[in-house]
Amino acid sequence: MTGYSKLLMSVAVCLAGAGAEAKTLVYCSEGSPEGFDPAPYTAGTTFDASSRPVYNRLVEFEKGSTTVIPGLAESWEVSEDGLQYTFHLRPGVKFHTTDWFTPTRELTADDVIFSFERQGDAENPWNQYTAGISYEYFNSMDMGSLIESIEKVDDLTVRFSLTRPEAPFLANLAMDFASIMSKEYADQLEADGRMSDLNQQPVGTGPFQLVAYQQDAVIRYRSNPDYWNGQQPIDDLVFAITTDPAVRLQKLQAGECHIMPYPAPADIEAIRSDENLTLMEQPGLNVAYLAYNTQVPPFDNPQVRRALNMAMNKQAIIDAVFQGTGEAAKNPIPPTMWGYNEEIQDDTYDPEAARQMLEEAGVSDLSMKVWAMPVQRPYMPNARRTAELIQEDFAEVGVDVEIVSYEWGEYLDRSSATDRDGAVILGWTGDNGDPDNFLGVLLSCAGVGEANRAQWCNEEFTDLINQAKATSDQEERAELYRQAQVIFKEEAPWATIAHSTVFMPMSSKVQGYVMSPLGSHQFDGVDISE
Amino acid sequence: MTATPDLASKPPAGTRRQMLAELWFYFSQNRGAVVGLWVTIALVVVALAAPLIAPHDPTMQYRDAFLAPPAWQEGGSSRFLLGTDAIGRDILSRLIYGSRYSLFIGAVVVSIALVGGIVIGLVAGFFGGWIDAVIMRVMDVILAFPSLLLALVLVAILGPGLLNAMIAIALVLQPHFARLTRAAVMAEKNREYVIAAQVAGAGRLRLMFRTILPNCLAPLIVQGTLSFSNAILDAAALGFLGMGAQPPTPEWGTMLAEAREFILRAWWVVTFPGLAILLTVLAINLMGDGLRDALDPKLKRS
Amino acid sequence: MIRFILGKLLYLVPTFLGVTIVAFGFVRVLPGDPVLLMAGERGISPERYEQLMQQLGYDQPIWWQYLEFLGRLFRGDLGDSLVTKSPVLGEFLTLFPATVELALCAILLATLIGIPAGVLAAVKRGSWFDQISMGTALIGYSMPIFWWGLLLIILFSGVLAWTPVSGRISLLFYFPEVTGFMLIDSLLSGQDGAFGSALAHLILPTIVLATIPLAVIARQTRSAMLEVLGEDYVRTARAKGLPWRRVVGVHALRNAMIPVVTTIGLQIGVLMAGAILTETIFSWPGIGKWMVDSIFRRDYPAVQGGLLMIAAIVMAVNLIVDLLYGLINPRIRHV
Repeated sequence: MTGYSKLLMSVAVCLAGAGAEAKTLVYCSEGSPEGFDPAPYTAGTTFDASSRPVYNRLVEFEKGSTTVIPGLAESWEVSEDGLQYTFHLRPGVKFHTTDWFTPTRELTADDVIFSFERQGDAENPWNQYTAGISYEYFNSMDMGSLIESIEKVDDLTVRFSLTRPEAPFLANLAMDFASIMSKEYADQLEADGRMSDLNQQPVGTGPFQLVAYQQDAVIRYRSNPDYWNGQQPIDDLVFAITTDPAVRLQKLQAGECHIMPYPAPADIEAIRSDENLTLMEQPGLNVAYLAYNTQVPPFDNPQVRRALNMAMNKQAIIDAVFQGTGEAAKNPIPPTMWGYNEEIQDDTYDPEAARQMLEEAGVSDLSMKVWAMPVQRPYMPNARRTAELIQEDFAEVGVDVEIVSYEWGEYLDRSSATDRDGAVILGWTGDNGDPDNFLGVLLSCAGVGEANRAQWCNEEFTDLINQAKATSDQEERAELYRQAQVIFKEEAPWATIAHSTVFMPMSSKVQGYVMSPLGSHQFDGVDISE
Repeated sequence: MTATPDLASKPPAGTRRQMLAELWFYFSQNRGAVVGLWVTIALVVVALAAPLIAPHDPTMQYRDAFLAPPAWQEGGSSRFLLGTDAIGRDILSRLIYGSRYSLFIGAVVVSIALVGGIVIGLVAGFFGGWIDAVIMRVMDVILAFPSLLLALVLVAILGPGLLNAMIAIALVLQPHFARLTRAAVMAEKNREYVIAAQVAGAGRLRLMFRTILPNCLAPLIVQGTLSFSNAILDAAALGFLGMGAQPPTPEWGTMLAEAREFILRAWWVVTFPGLAILLTVLAINLMGDGLRDALDPKLKRS
Repeated sequence: MIRFILGKLLYLVPTFLGVTIVAFGFVRVLPGDPVLLMAGERGISPERYEQLMQQLGYDQPIWWQYLEFLGRLFRGDLGDSLVTKSPVLGEFLTLFPATVELALCAILLATLIGIPAGVLAAVKRGSWFDQISMGTALIGYSMPIFWWGLLLIILFSGVLAWTPVSGRISLLFYFPEVTGFMLIDSLLSGQDGAFGSALAHLILPTIVLATIPLAVIARQTRSAMLEVLGEDYVRTARAKGLPWRRVVGVHALRNAMIPVVTTIGLQIGVLMAGAILTETIFSWPGIGKWMVDSIFRRDYPAVQGGLLMIAAIVMAVNLIVDLLYGLINPRIRHV
């Protein structure tokens, strides 16, 4: 046992002996949350720190799968025509009592209505409670035009009326942006003139409540004593924000944290052979891609895009960046997802042919930018390195690449601009197990300027997507999605790079952690054995 | 044909050669300084001859040899003597080409800072009065900020890149030269030989550059070597923070930035660039120490 | 004496104004629309743009803007951070104690080791101790400290596991912040092992940050001592038969300390610059790391405020050193 671990142990023993058996789980997270209100954001890092510990949703995903189970709503009915969803809320759900808020009532339909109306209604005083805010998911998923109205039937019953049938709707309500806020708290903040506090001092119904956030360093949570789904085995939850994966692993090995995400692929072997550590792994429901800006010439020409795709050596990227822990991607959805089109042929790696195609398209001396993310994501361990490999590959066919990067929050912000200069490396982990969540959010016309980083609006493709959303017959939907993937391959708004395997190293003492296929990290039900 | 011989500004050639010989004599007494000199010369040779010496192209990615260990370790080969980095580039070649960048950075930065600083210092010291006051205040303002911080902010304004990093560092180092020059000028200004030259009809410019300046050279040279090594360290720090030379440029600091994640897995990616920086800066500082001792016999040691 | 102090203070006023001009001006030199930059928003409506323009005062002439900036400055308003939306001054003061704690420990280490080493090297001039210590000092002086820190982490935290990897204290401890100095707060909290943990976390960052000041102080002490030891009065004292220890330890040392004290004080700039790199490597939550993060995040109000505060602190420390020097060395007081 290392000297430092001994110190830690003696501390734990002292604390235990003192009668204060505070069990603390330390999670070495990979980045800082953008805020504690999940609705304006899309980054998993933010959700891990906000919606997952602090909030609940009407329905939730069963741990470890994408099956929808009751959450704050204990039951629901869907009308015959698929236009009305009536939810019966669980009685007796309490909001957090924190240093900054004491609830006087339990969860009611008012809270549910507030949580959605503030995002969709531009007139709502909460819509722009922080200047320049944009509800990315709500907008990309077209919720505004989908939801006709939300009525309060009674205190514990809410009815959503839709303008058209939408098969994934239930799964969508289990997503992070659909977290339920406390209207009472919001009213109090509004009265006090402190509306921006909603994003800094959250109040929810979730298993943990926020205690303190030390910017870029530590987030502390306390287990919610009134949680409707039962007491947590641990008392305190701490996020130690550690951006460097090598440092994360060092801390895990030293016993300074119990569990960490996104190890560097180069360290996987070392983790496997360490007997104090457990390594969980799962094929990720994700994709990494290079999105061209299809609105800016010469990238508005599909032939140019296809040519560049053929210039890219994907296997080298899998070897160098993923260290073999992933597979080259040919479609925008991963092979584990239903609706995946097996038949599609990937672009072959052929720099000669690529060069020719570029010439034919009338492109010579092309100079372009490639954006590389500064952080590690589950779908992309090292975007910088990927960009360097792409730079070399494109140089082979006469294209000069400049690599640019921004701080993560800014990167996400700037890359969604419709006049963005350059192709951006990004990726996506599925949010609800439905192909629409990939194809609709990332590639449909509604997503342009938001999550559709290729700024690609193809009528045919979007029509297929919308049709697939309207029916609940999965076979029919799968067929439509397969057709959509064919169009995608022809038009090539992206270079699909890879689908990764997601790893989760943790101390062997950690019990009850279940990996989510959706890439989120939640700690309810997790325990530490002695 | 000049009416009077220009005694003050043109010492006889014999004396100059004598001075240099004397300088060399004192300098060579200091073993460390001589070692520093040889290492620096070797570095210059390496930098100049990089395309001839380096076994590989520094940006060439060998896709079959990612993270190869150094030749003497298991798994290494003599193809890549010091191993390769994460995308298969030969580290030895990158270090060799990197010396070009480091020496280039040092030379350019010191040149800009030296020239700028001297001009400013001469003007301030010579003219005195409110010109001097204003100039010195501006220098004080620059010196009030920690050098790396100011350089970082400047690069943030100008945009990351090697050129901008050099400009930023030169700006930050320049007040030292200005101050030195000014102090020396003020000390020499009222000396007899200067007054003699003035009386003989020498113009202002001539007085500044040909009369006074040559006698202020000693501290400037020493400061020059100090700034050279500081420039290399600062440029490497900026590269490490991601604000200096951008990949795939084989600048030593930038190489360290990319290597952080391999601390435990591939020590050679982290160790060698840092060692290169250390040895280079050490050599220059040794030389600088020797120069200082040789130029100012009062402080002579050992 | 008072005139001396006042004189020094007056001297600083134009420099401080210059610093404010730099901080004020740097935002306006940045590429991009200043209103959007300072507001940190993307895609805002024309009405909102107008509103912000008025709020930030960009519609006024530049000299008016500067005066208004100065006015806000003297009221303690450094603007709000774009990231946290809370006052920059508040954030700075929250993070400042961490850097001060680290800097104080570093300068303490540098002085405690550097001065004795320098004295001994001077006294035993030419000996192996002199050669080795000055050689080591030169290496320390030439070291890229970010690399040095990484090496130490590999060795002490990784291979030997003697020290923790990052942060100020083990995360299992949570107590209210009283002074902001972890060493003091951990003692006050009364929790077992807290102080030990705080100390353990301070070791490596202190060593790394202290490296350059230590080298400089050691060299400076040696050269100052050598100069003093060569003085006539020292030789006279020896000739008189005074014990060598006394001569060195009392008389020579006191006179050698004068330039050394100045050097120590002037290390503040080096410490601030070093803090940037040290805090980044060790994830030490101080203002060095905050400045780097703010620059990367384009949090311009924070960068502006931080620049001002740091420059002001450096100037203040230099002033104190100047005054102290005047106290110790009566000769310059009356210049």
